[in-house]
Amino acid sequence: MKIQCNLNGTPTEFNCLPDRRVIDLLREDLGLTGSKEGCGTGECGACTILVDGLPKLACLMLAAQLEGTQVETVEALQQTEQGRTLMAAFSEEGAVQCGYCIPGMEMASLALLRQDEPLTREQIKEGLSGNLCRCTGYVKIVDAVERAARVKGEG
Amino acid sequence: MLLFPTMLTELFNLQEQQPEARIMAGGTDLLVALRHGPQDGRTIICLERIDELRRIDELEDGSVSIGATATFSSIARNTLLKERYPLLTQAAATVGGPAIRNMASIGGNIVTASPAADSLPALYLLDALLELRSAAGSRAVAIAEFILGPRRTMLQPGEIISRIILPPANGWSIQRFEKVGRRKSLAIAVASLAAALRLAADGSVAEARFAWGSVGPTVLRCAEAEQALIGKPLTEENLNAAALLAQRAVQPIDDIRASADYRRSVAGNLLLRLVA
Repeated sequence: MKIQCNLNGTPTEFNCLPDRRVIDLLREDLGLTGSKEGCGTGECGACTILVDGLPKLACLMLAAQLEGTQVETVEALQQTEQGRTLMAAFSEEGAVQCGYCIPGMEMASLALLRQDEPLTREQIKEGLSGNLCRCTGYVKIVDAVERAARVKGEG
Repeated sequence: MLLFPTMLTELFNLQEQQPEARIMAGGTDLLVALRHGPQDGRTIICLERIDELRRIDELEDGSVSIGATATFSSIARNTLLKERYPLLTQAAATVGGPAIRNMASIGGNIVTASPAADSLPALYLLDALLELRSAAGSRAVAIAEFILGPRRTMLQPGEIISRIILPPANGWSIQRFEKVGRRKSLAIAVASLAAALRLAADGSVAEARFAWGSVGPTVLRCAEAEQALIGKPLTEENLNAAALLAQRAVQPIDDIRASADYRRSVAGNLLLRLVA
């Protein structure tokens, strides 16, 4: 079936089976391999994308659910000042080790940075609580989001 | 095949034409189950575009109606619910992680009827009524009757939960949800407790209600523990006495997350958090 959505700022139309998992659609059909599949069952957050601005899991969504929505994947980060700031903060804080969880972490972080109120460390931890990292640990990742939030505050 | 009705009448027509179709609310349970199950090609009917199933409204008699596909994040941040039923909003805020809460629905949580479901103890204590709709009409059932056992409910073919009705909150002085899991977030409960207490002017307990999750086949109440506190102040000593009664009443099992013994102690100890 034909599905239309706005994908990373571009109106996009694609043909696929309506029950194709969104993670497979993104990675296999559309070549957007930034989003990662971890558990495939909603327990790790590696496949987190934003749908209409809300973090959702691409492994537990079906392609037809994207009809008419705004979809953002990690590939969109480079398009905006906020996204670039976030990526730079992850790199400056040494928050990336193997990198597998990072696309999901960054998309969950992006949703946090868009909130109007200033972010506390506790809110960042809560906002990232659905994203598992199995190598570096969480301190530097939280540091990175804190740094990006600080830059936003100064900007 | 995936279908997206936008009205209930359209939904019931589709169900009549395709009685074998599966119903999907948030999909966070169904799609996991399908991934592990056989690929049988049955149609999925998604409820997410039926607006009236998503609404949270106050009714004329002071009850609050929560549409079955309201997500846990919309429930957790709803100001009306936060004010009247903090027990439910606290429970909603512990479901999965943020992305799961943006997808998973309260109706789905009820229909899945997991013994570990986070919303159920709160809904039992708040005397939630479920409105069930089908092409034939509608009926209202109390949540405790609706849930028959682990993953078993009285939902009939062709029927959906359309909304959850919470009667006016009973002047509770304390409403509290407590959950213990293997980690703080993204964890299935090892044991959970919903508590609602009404205190008299002198601080003694006038009414107590407790419901435990994850320590029995369905949500467990314990009238003995509730009665034991009546007329007494909320002290560690009195709660300890109630906890012993609760530990005798629960029926936990050993599983991958915890032993039955551990669940039994946690179930009792959660009561002590009321004075922590």
